[in-house]
Amino acid sequence: MSRTHSVTLRAVLRHVLLIAGAAIMLAPFIWMISTASKPQTEVFSSELHLIPYRFALVENLREAFAKANLLRFLLNGVIVTISIFVLQVMVALPAAYALAKLRFVGRETLFALVLFGILIPPQATAIPVFLLLHKVGLLDSYAALVLPFTISVFGIFLMRQFFKTVPDDLVDAARMDGISEFGIVWRVMLPAAIPAVTAFGIFSVVAHWNDYFWPLIVLNSEQLRTPPLAVAHFRNNEAGTSYGPLMAAAMVIIAPLVIAFLFAQRRFIEGITLTGIK
Amino acid sequence: MSDGSMTIDAAIVPAAAARQTLPAHGSRRAYAAYALVTPAAALMLVMLLGPLAGVIALSFTDYQLGAPHFSWIGLANYQDLFADKVFWTALRNTLTYVVVVVPGAVVAGLAIALLIQSGTSLRSLYRTIYFLPVMATLIAMAVVWEFMLHPQFGLVNGLLRGAGLPAFAWLQDRNTALYALCAIGIWQAVGFNMVLFLAGLVSIPKQLYEAAEIDGASSGWARFRLVTWPMLGPVTTFVVVISGIRSFQVFDTVHVLTKGGPSKSTEVLIHTMYTEGFEFFRSGYAAAITVVFLVFVLALTLIKSRLADRGVHYT
Repeated sequence: MSRTHSVTLRAVLRHVLLIAGAAIMLAPFIWMISTASKPQTEVFSSELHLIPYRFALVENLREAFAKANLLRFLLNGVIVTISIFVLQVMVALPAAYALAKLRFVGRETLFALVLFGILIPPQATAIPVFLLLHKVGLLDSYAALVLPFTISVFGIFLMRQFFKTVPDDLVDAARMDGISEFGIVWRVMLPAAIPAVTAFGIFSVVAHWNDYFWPLIVLNSEQLRTPPLAVAHFRNNEAGTSYGPLMAAAMVIIAPLVIAFLFAQRRFIEGITLTGIK
Repeated sequence: MSDGSMTIDAAIVPAAAARQTLPAHGSRRAYAAYALVTPAAALMLVMLLGPLAGVIALSFTDYQLGAPHFSWIGLANYQDLFADKVFWTALRNTLTYVVVVVPGAVVAGLAIALLIQSGTSLRSLYRTIYFLPVMATLIAMAVVWEFMLHPQFGLVNGLLRGAGLPAFAWLQDRNTALYALCAIGIWQAVGFNMVLFLAGLVSIPKQLYEAAEIDGASSGWARFRLVTWPMLGPVTTFVVVISGIRSFQVFDTVHVLTKGGPSKSTEVLIHTMYTEGFEFFRSGYAAAITVVFLVFVLALTLIKSRLADRGVHYT
């Protein structure tokens, strides 16, 4: 009897602690939605209330979209993240296949360089890459946002590890059928590697959708802004006056990834924590 | 290298030799291999390894973007850097940030993972909630935090006043600004660490707990100390180092919320590097800051691989 008692007590305690923590984790999201739904007068009130007396979410959203070209910025985010991912796969997959399944002089050296490359933080190469883009006149363009990330050494490493687990017989059978090495990459290895490519895709898209540092450095033009830059500019321009529309804009910017995450949690958690397997 | 090893392999493993195709095919395949790795190798050279060498070389020059010429000035940038009070402030603030955020995010991540794993109900709901901040664009959430920390209309001060506690001008006060940024950093990193710990906890064999219980480890704390903590060793090391590396890179919240202020109290290394390199375009000087940053990050990575090697032996 007392044993079941202590078991229930522990279960209750577990929920109490986890709910308390969850409240802290969710507080900014709740506060964001709450503020985005309040009219100006209720935002600037020292009295705390979460549920607005008068709902103004639509007005705030309308004002956010009117003050900043949010649709354009979201579209920029989509263009940039998708381009980066597609190019990363086009560059990484063939290299990963060669590193995993083919013999050639310099293979070990190349693989060692890939492993070394994983250690280099992105901020470390920022100045020379910026100077290079300046030299070739590509600053302030989609190319400046995409080109530096077309090479993902982490992607090469990840796909190489995956390809190692693909049986050689599958590759040999494809060669018997007269498929070229290039064809094997796209017609045999890619279909076999879809789960790994998906996980890498989520990793890559989330990282670049949320990236602030690089777009901040290379962009000037308003029409090229990515979502994080757009929020930062919105915040600077409004200088603490219209929090309702600002919170509405923040909601719009985080919505695509958060919604995608809620629909495919397992895949997202797998993708984001990919760095955990290094 | 590969030719030699190929013949040795062929001699030792006849079955593999039989499967080897004719030499002509082999060399054609080697050509294919070079064609397949060339784009990756070239881009790696231009976008990663070249720039890495470049940033080190630049740190020994007085190059400024747009200047007609530059000269090699040896260690002068480093001398200036080490004589600059702002650099030491930035380094101290960065280290403070790391020293607060890493233990905070690791201990909280572990505690949450243990709590979630200690029961069976609502596991995935809790996991989702705690992971949410990892997914949400940090810049957008930083702006939300700024309003939560608003001295007059913010949620935090509202709650403090409600509880009869003193309120603060969190981000505008030089005594609290850095810690406010630390809190945001912990809030954002906890879910990531939690997921890594959850994966580590799942992989601990159940029999170990049963064996510990037979040996008299009946309390939860004893089981944690004797089984969970040692078995999580490699995961913990990894989580600590990756949290350390990420904290060293802190920039987004600083740039959008405080710009290093008030009175340099939140100035951090990458922010100094950004200001020097991309606002004042003093490329050589900014490169020297980057090199200092790199030394710290690579040192952390080295520690990780040392500890990881040791971890392999006892697991």
